[in-house]
Amino acid sequence: MPGNAHTRETIDIHAPQLRPFGSTVAMLRREMKIALRRLADAINPLFFFAVVATLFPLAISPDKAVLQLIGPGVIWVAALLAALLPLNALFGQDYEDGTLEHYVLSGQSLVALCIAKTVGLWLVAGLPLVLVSAAISQTYALPAQALPALLLALSLGSYTLCALGSVAAALTVGVQRASALIALLVLPMMVPVIIFGTRAVLLAARSEPVAGPLYLLSATAVLAVILTPLATAMALRISLE
Amino acid sequence: MHEFFAMSGYATYVWGSFGLTFAVLIANWWFAVRKHQATLQRLRRQNTAPDAAPASVVREVVT
Amino acid sequence: MWKWFHQFASPQHVYRLAGQWMPWLFGLAVVGLVVGTYGGLVRAPVDYQQKDAFRIIYVHVPSAYLSMLAYVVMAIASVIGLVWRMKLAHAVAVSAAPIGASFTFLALATGSLWGKPMWGTWWEWSDPRMMTELLLLFMYLGYMALRSSIEDRNRADRAGAVLAIVGVVNVVLIHYSVEWWSSLHQGQTVMNDDAVMPASMLTPLLINIVSFSLFFGALLFSRLRSEVLMRERNARWVRRLVNDSAAGSQKVERHA
Repeated sequence: MPGNAHTRETIDIHAPQLRPFGSTVAMLRREMKIALRRLADAINPLFFFAVVATLFPLAISPDKAVLQLIGPGVIWVAALLAALLPLNALFGQDYEDGTLEHYVLSGQSLVALCIAKTVGLWLVAGLPLVLVSAAISQTYALPAQALPALLLALSLGSYTLCALGSVAAALTVGVQRASALIALLVLPMMVPVIIFGTRAVLLAARSEPVAGPLYLLSATAVLAVILTPLATAMALRISLE
Repeated sequence: MHEFFAMSGYATYVWGSFGLTFAVLIANWWFAVRKHQATLQRLRRQNTAPDAAPASVVREVVT
Repeated sequence: MWKWFHQFASPQHVYRLAGQWMPWLFGLAVVGLVVGTYGGLVRAPVDYQQKDAFRIIYVHVPSAYLSMLAYVVMAIASVIGLVWRMKLAHAVAVSAAPIGASFTFLALATGSLWGKPMWGTWWEWSDPRMMTELLLLFMYLGYMALRSSIEDRNRADRAGAVLAIVGVVNVVLIHYSVEWWSSLHQGQTVMNDDAVMPASMLTPLLINIVSFSLFFGALLFSRLRSEVLMRERNARWVRRLVNDSAAGSQKVERHA
C-alpha cells in the first residue's frame, strides 16, 4: 500500500520551536524522506519531459537550424508542463490521511508549512527537471555559452511555478479531478516567466547580454517567494474549514 | 443611405462588430432575468413542499 | 457609521436597493447606448486613414474597458469579502465574473473583426492588448471553473476570492511582460493612440463607455439579487417574498 510509508513518517508538531523556521526545516526533512520512498513519483515528470521534447523534432523538423530556433521555447514549455504533474499530490496525500487537518489544528504556523512544501516540491520536481534540461538542450543543439543562462533561468522559473502551483494546489485540496483545474489556473499565470525565461536563453545563445530578462525573471521569482506562502496558507485554511 | 450601410466597404466588419456586441448585451440581460425568475420559482417550489426537500438540500440555480 | 454599514450590508436592504436602482440603470444604459451608437455610426466623421472601419472603436473600447473594470470589481469585492467576512461582497464577486467574461469575449471578437481589415489578419499574436485580453479571459474562466468545482458555497466564495486577488496581481504582471515581449517583435502600430480625436468622434465613445458601465451595473444588480435570494433562502423575508410572488402577480415582489 502506497499510503503506509507516507503515514508512518510524522514529526512532533508539539515540540517547542527552538529556532525561527525550525519547523520549516523539520517539515522539509519529512517531505524529503517521503519523496525518497516514492522515487517513481519523482521520476515520472522527468520521463514526461523527455518524451515531450522527443516529439517536437518529429513533429516539426530534425533540421539543426530549426531545432536551435525552437529549442529554448520547447524546453521551457515542456518543463513547465512536466512540473504541473506532481502538484495534485502536493497536499492531496496529507489531506487524505488527515495529517493536514492535524497540522492546522495544532496551531503551528501554516506559512512555515507552505514554505516547506514549496521548497520540497522544487527539490523533488523542479531541480531534477533543470538538470535534465541540460541534457535535452544538447539534443536541440543549444550553443554551450547558453547553458548557464538556461539552468539559472529555469531554476528561477521552476521555483516560481512551484510557488504558484502550491497556491492552486491548496485551493483545490479535496476537489474532484483537481489536476486539470490546477493546470488551468497555473498556466496563464506563467506567462511572464515563459516570456523572460525564453528571452534570456535566446539572448545567451546569440552571445548577447542576458542581464535584463534575468533581472525581470528574478523579480517575479522574488514576488512569488514573498507572496505565495501567505496565499497558500490562506487557501489551505479555507479548504480545510 | 446605401453608402451608410456599405461602411466604405467594411460593412461586414463594422456591422458584424455592432451586431455581435448587441447580441451579447441582450443575451446577458436575458440570462440575468431568467436566472432571477428561475431562482424565485425554485424557492417557491421549496416553500410549497417543505417536507419533500429541506431548504438546505436545494441546489443552486445555474445561469 | 458602523450601524449604517451594517444596515447597508443587510441582504434584505441590498436586495431592495438593487431592485430599485436596476430599472434606472438599465433605462439610462439603453438610452445612452442608442445615443452613443447613433453618434458613432452616423454623426462621427469618417476617419481619413481607416475609413468607416474605425467605427468599431465604439463597441470595442467600451467592451475592453468593462472587461478590466469587472475584474477590478471582482477583486475589490473579494478583498472585502475575505477581510471583513462579508458574504454579500462574495455575492458581488460571483455575479461580476460571468459578465466580465462576456465583455472580455466581446473585446476579443470585435478586436479580431477590426484587425482583419486593418492588419489583414483575424489574430495578431504580437499585439499586447489582444494577448492581455485573451489571458484575462482565461483568468475569468479559471475563476468560474474553480468555483463550480467546489460544492460548499462558503468555501467556493473564499477560495474564489483568493484566486481573484492572486489573479489581479498577475494580470498586471502579464500585461507588462506581454508589452515588453511584443516590443521585441515590432508590434503593429496601426491604431495610433497618440492621434487626438475631434470632439465629434470622442463624444460618442465616452457616451458608450458610460452606457456600457451603466449596463454592467444593471446586470450586476440583477445577478446580485438572484444570488442574495439563493443565499438567504431560509430567511423569513425571502420566504415571505417568495410566497407573495407565488400568491399574486409579480407586482407583489416589490414589497420586499
